[in-house]
Amino acid sequence: MSKTLYDKIWDDHLVHKQDDGTSLLYVDRHLVHEVTSPQAFEGLRNTNRKVRKPNLTLAVADHNVPTSDRSKGISDEESKLQVQTLEKNCEEFGIKLFGMDDKRQGIVHIIGPEQGFTQPGSIIVCGDSHTATHGAFGSLAFGIGTSEVEHVLATQTLVQKKSKNFRIKVDGKLSIGVTSKDVILQIIGKIGTAGGTGYVIEYGGSLISSLSVEQRMTICNMTIEGGARAGLIEPDQKIFDYLNGRPMSPKKDNWDKALDYWSKLKSDKDADFDKEISLDGKDIMPMVTWGTSPQDVISIDEKIPNPENETDEDRKNSIERSLKYMGLKPGTAIKDVKIDKVFIGSCTNGRIEDLRDAAKIIRNKKVAQHVYAMVVPGSGLVKQQAEQEGLDKVFKDSGFDWREPGCSMCLAMNADKLKPEERCASTSNRNFEGRQGRGGRTHLVSPGMAAAAAISGSLDDVRKYQN
Amino acid sequence: MKKFKTIKSIPAYLPIVNIDTDMIIPKQFLKTIKRTGLGKNLFYEMRYDEKGIPIDDFILNTSPFNVSKILIVGKNFGCGSSREHAPWALLDFGITCVISSSYADIFFNNCFKNGILPIVLPEVKIKELSEYSKRKEEIIVNLEEQKITFGNNEIDFEIDQFKKKCLIEGLDDIALSLEKNPKISEFEKKLSLNRPWIFND
Repeated sequence: MSKTLYDKIWDDHLVHKQDDGTSLLYVDRHLVHEVTSPQAFEGLRNTNRKVRKPNLTLAVADHNVPTSDRSKGISDEESKLQVQTLEKNCEEFGIKLFGMDDKRQGIVHIIGPEQGFTQPGSIIVCGDSHTATHGAFGSLAFGIGTSEVEHVLATQTLVQKKSKNFRIKVDGKLSIGVTSKDVILQIIGKIGTAGGTGYVIEYGGSLISSLSVEQRMTICNMTIEGGARAGLIEPDQKIFDYLNGRPMSPKKDNWDKALDYWSKLKSDKDADFDKEISLDGKDIMPMVTWGTSPQDVISIDEKIPNPENETDEDRKNSIERSLKYMGLKPGTAIKDVKIDKVFIGSCTNGRIEDLRDAAKIIRNKKVAQHVYAMVVPGSGLVKQQAEQEGLDKVFKDSGFDWREPGCSMCLAMNADKLKPEERCASTSNRNFEGRQGRGGRTHLVSPGMAAAAAISGSLDDVRKYQN
Repeated sequence: MKKFKTIKSIPAYLPIVNIDTDMIIPKQFLKTIKRTGLGKNLFYEMRYDEKGIPIDDFILNTSPFNVSKILIVGKNFGCGSSREHAPWALLDFGITCVISSSYADIFFNNCFKNGILPIVLPEVKIKELSEYSKRKEEIIVNLEEQKITFGNNEIDFEIDQFKKKCLIEGLDDIALSLEKNPKISEFEKKLSLNRPWIFND
């Protein structure tokens, strides 16, 4: 029978099919951070259980770490305790940890690929919904809860029910100034925030294949905002070249064996998908969210929708609630909306190509006077690379703050947050109420769009700044 | 995990769709290293004003809903972040049953790991129940019989039989998986031959 890529990865990890329709799957790679793991390690201690395969887990502190000067450590006592707890747990259970002073430290979904820990055809999990990012490598990657983190630590497996197959095909070419962030925002706008629930999405089509590895990660990263269990892309030469020589990539004989296995990872030509949609690159514009869900998205040329035009009562109420929270009026051109802050970073858009994209727009220009703008590189290595290329100087010269790596204002667990009613153009992934700080108003955009907004002082069209 | 018993409670209805886990428990409360104590911060930003004073008209701040064990909510409940702090906060508040027409995947799974029953019902039944909740009368959720009783009415609900068993018996699913240890070892042996690079040896 013909199989999808998801079916194949599933079958290759099947430890035991249980009578109730669930399956026990083997987990190849497990990423751990400080926020969703302490209770899992505590559970192991309480039951006297060990970590089954410590070297298949990699840990890093990212959510709580300060992005300012780190020489004095973490001032917030609770954050400090959580990071210290991770350090203690990793030592006790023999897990490799990139500490706060390690130059490899960074956002968990940035460092996995960067180190070659992320590999095609593997099952990768983490107590974090944006684990979907790693699907860009043709791996089955998804977020889990803390109880499941404990389950993986103890057994190196997970009990799962199989999802259905959903294919999203994107063909054609992207116009100048349009990025993979706009592709995924448009997709979420189209399918809705629950459109992928119960499915694993495979992205395909000529446009997807033409994307760089990092651009693909942005697409897979936000798959969870469409509700899907995971999003994946068939691995190709770009992926293999990216992984070749990374510290944790297979070496020598193992590299050849891996490459042979990886090259076969694709859906059969006649494989059945339970759901399919397709998009054309020429129809994708620079996108921006106006509401409090990633599905509340329009192109930069459009106007804020009017709830009165909605027939669905739930949708109408939710638009009204969003507009009230966002302090916006129906019919306003989104381009005219003034902003207070700009955040460039996160596991969605905190990689080197993202910083290059934004730097290209901001070069020799100034951040608008009333705007505070910050760049938070996704990892220490991204930061180092950017500094070698002089991007830090480009940002600083234009008035951006250049910070240390971490999750930062994507979820505002550290000191980086919006004040009530402050409005932010953000390259992150969620515009939920209070996400970037209580009462804060988030507009999700691509790095180039964030840079354009920083210059204009209001949401703006990045295409204006293309040379 | 505590065994799931039949619940009798006045249900609270929160008529909002797409309630995300950031709304259920905002990030400032994720800094804990414990599973308990989150109930007071459940729905924090809807429940308290900027000074931390309870907002009077928020349903869970008003009697008799402030002791509800059953929460009725709009579709796609629990979307967004994977934080298990969301079910921990519900549980710590005293809510052991959520009723909605749909849930986000990770949240749905997390509920079962914590003895919370997330019931899925069609929209029309949600309407019926939410209307009934205005009477402030108790309803009964019987998992064994997969039945919700309210007044003289009954609604049957579907549930995965394995998940039902785990809830009723309060099973520790790690212990269950550890019983499969020989199968896991066998798989690892095959894995080291077929995909040797996985073990980084």
